Amino acid sequence: MSKTNLTRRGVLKTGAVAGAGFAAPTIFTAQSAAAFTNEPTGSSVTLGFNVPQTGPYADEGADELRAYELAVEHLNGGGDGGLMNTFSSKALQGNGILGKKVEYVTGDTQTKSDAARASARSMIEKDGAVMITGGSSSGVAVAVQALCQEAGVIFMAGLTHSNDTTGKDKKANGFRHFFNSYMSGAALAPILANNYGTDRKAYHLTADYNWGYTTEEAVRTSTEAMGWETVAAVKTPLTQTDFSSYIAPVLQSGADVLVLNHYGGNMVNSLTNAVQFGLRDKLVNNKNFEIVVPLYSRLMAKGAGANVKGIFGSTNWHWSLQDEGSKAFVKSFGTKYGFPPSQAAHTCYVQALLYADAVERAGSFNPCAVGEALKDFQFDGMGNGPTLYRGEDHQCFKDVLVVKGKENPTSEFDLLEIVEVTPVEQVTYDASIFGGELGSCNPGA
Amino acid sequence: MEAIILQILNGLDKGSAYALIALGLTLIFGTLGVVNFAHGALFMIGAFCAVTLSRILTLSHTIVDDTQTDFLGNPLKVDVPYVMDWFGEATGSAIIDWAVPLSILFAIPVMIAIGVIMERGLIKHFYKRPHADQILVTFGLAIVLQEIIKYYYGANPIPTPAPAAFKGSFDFGAMLGFDPNIIIYPYWRIIYFAFAAVIIGAVFAFLQFTTFGMVVRAGMADRETVQLLGINIDRRFTLMFGIAAAVAGLAGVMYTPINSPNYHMGMDFLVLSFVVVVVGGMGSLPGAVAAGFLLGILESFASMREVLAVLPGLNQIIIYLVAIIILLTRPRGLMGRKGVMEE
Repeated sequence: MSKTNLTRRGVLKTGAVAGAGFAAPTIFTAQSAAAFTNEPTGSSVTLGFNVPQTGPYADEGADELRAYELAVEHLNGGGDGGLMNTFSSKALQGNGILGKKVEYVTGDTQTKSDAARASARSMIEKDGAVMITGGSSSGVAVAVQALCQEAGVIFMAGLTHSNDTTGKDKKANGFRHFFNSYMSGAALAPILANNYGTDRKAYHLTADYNWGYTTEEAVRTSTEAMGWETVAAVKTPLTQTDFSSYIAPVLQSGADVLVLNHYGGNMVNSLTNAVQFGLRDKLVNNKNFEIVVPLYSRLMAKGAGANVKGIFGSTNWHWSLQDEGSKAFVKSFGTKYGFPPSQAAHTCYVQALLYADAVERAGSFNPCAVGEALKDFQFDGMGNGPTLYRGEDHQCFKDVLVVKGKENPTSEFDLLEIVEVTPVEQVTYDASIFGGELGSCNPGA
Repeated sequence: MEAIILQILNGLDKGSAYALIALGLTLIFGTLGVVNFAHGALFMIGAFCAVTLSRILTLSHTIVDDTQTDFLGNPLKVDVPYVMDWFGEATGSAIIDWAVPLSILFAIPVMIAIGVIMERGLIKHFYKRPHADQILVTFGLAIVLQEIIKYYYGANPIPTPAPAAFKGSFDFGAMLGFDPNIIIYPYWRIIYFAFAAVIIGAVFAFLQFTTFGMVVRAGMADRETVQLLGINIDRRFTLMFGIAAAVAGLAGVMYTPINSPNYHMGMDFLVLSFVVVVVGGMGSLPGAVAAGFLLGILESFASMREVLAVLPGLNQIIIYLVAIIILLTRPRGLMGRKGVMEE
């Protein structure tokens, strides 16, 4: 009879070690034989679309998802090809990416960093996504970008406007097409000076989180350089819904301009409250009182309704642009869905195509090769004029739109009108001013 | 001085909303003994009654305007509301403009019906269960209701403006002898405060001066004795649930011009309203109203720039800070009754 050395304690220990091994994130283990994380080996490649499907930005997320689905259709040779027809790079052939059919999985960010990281992780580990893209918040973008850096996949940011995404929190695996707070300030200030004069006193209400701070700083710096004085800057809680107690003291301060560094529901409510208080009907310092919203989105404008009329702001893209790229995208999206695309939809669609194009030009899905192909890539025909993906910080540089709430909209989508297309030179800055280090590319595996 | 007057005014309308929601919560707790976490959702559904009526009033047929084009270059389709066809452009526009006040009439029966269905269909099965079970089931119900609203109306806020006649603000400062524009206050918020005062007064009068109210008060004090007298107190309490739902719903209807309604607005008020109820004293109707206004005003003062310069972040914790202080010094709240929620 043979004697075994099995003991209850030994079995438990062995089981625990084995269990821990199996439970360890497969990001760090499963691809050890591959050249890079989630290297596609079959006839298809999977992209991960991480957008808010629940929560306050669900409508914006739905528009992003529509754009991604359209991009996948075009990449696989369906539809009218959209922006592939006007894109200056001709690497995309409508046969997928590197001949592999494009498939996709979706995750729900809930506009919460933890949830967004969990959904991105799931798409990478369980679904084999080789690239993650999407989102409607800078907090989410920074969090998911860091995860993608660790996991060794490319992150193509969706709607994120904070300087930090490609500033102090930039990563080698992360790329942003959307513009940022600095660019909004630089584009808006001259228009504000032209329309409201250089002798103005501004009162800032700022959402108490990262994006709010960078936007306030950008607008303050730009407007003060034009001669404006900042009389006060008040932080408002992100959860605030009624801004009356913040708006009521504005007139007492002697300010004649109110700058609302708010986004989403905060902006809808603060602007509605400010208009309710009749601020825009007041004459202060012998000037008409004015309100400024540094970052507009169509969904915000829709939520605020008639209150946006005549109010200046900035935007990354607008469907009324008349360049060939914009017209092609609006036609493609409008024909499929029955209404014009938002700026969130545009930036997401463009990011999906830019990624696919970079893979084609690199001849590989390896994130380091893709990153090299995107670095300092100059392109045109995507709706924003000539654009540079700057290698130093992975930020796109292109013209910025200054818009104004339309006085007589013809539909629920026709809420903003373009006041000026600010040339890219005016919004370009030195990459070092926001600090941060890209680090080196991580291919994972 | 001007700043103090201004923040008191701000606190009054904020307090009005807290007071109306807390009043309904207290009515339900006082009559049925249920801690109703779905009450914020009733406030939200009330707001969406205004959105719904607004949409009904703007039901349209489409005409093609060949002189304009849409975003795809096709002739522009223009929606023409039926009410304009039926009543002429001026009257039709006025009806649409007054959608929010008209929604009061629409919301009362709808909210009473929702309240009664909610009580008979779900909540009555939890009367004898622990408060923790009641909280879980009503909180779950609140999530279900807000997801239903999100499914049909989307996640984006929906602008629902006040009638044009009430846009702009009243210059209290000029009336009180201060410089113009120093103390201004929107007309609609004045109306909201007055409306809340009327509703609160009506509820108290109903309970105080009607036979029905007297029976309900008797039932709140001693349910078993009232039942022994042969009175069907359950039916009256069910109706009180409907009335409490209507009070929350009306608070929501009138709130829509202040902030564009969205599916989440009930949750934003729910926690604060529970704090209001606890500070006021569980089961005390005057306590709920007094605490609503007190906390609304304190919250406004805590948001002042001068206060925040000394105590940053006070605006985010003031309500909870006051709740802690009051509960430490008066464990039953401002006007709480002995024996309520103490078993």
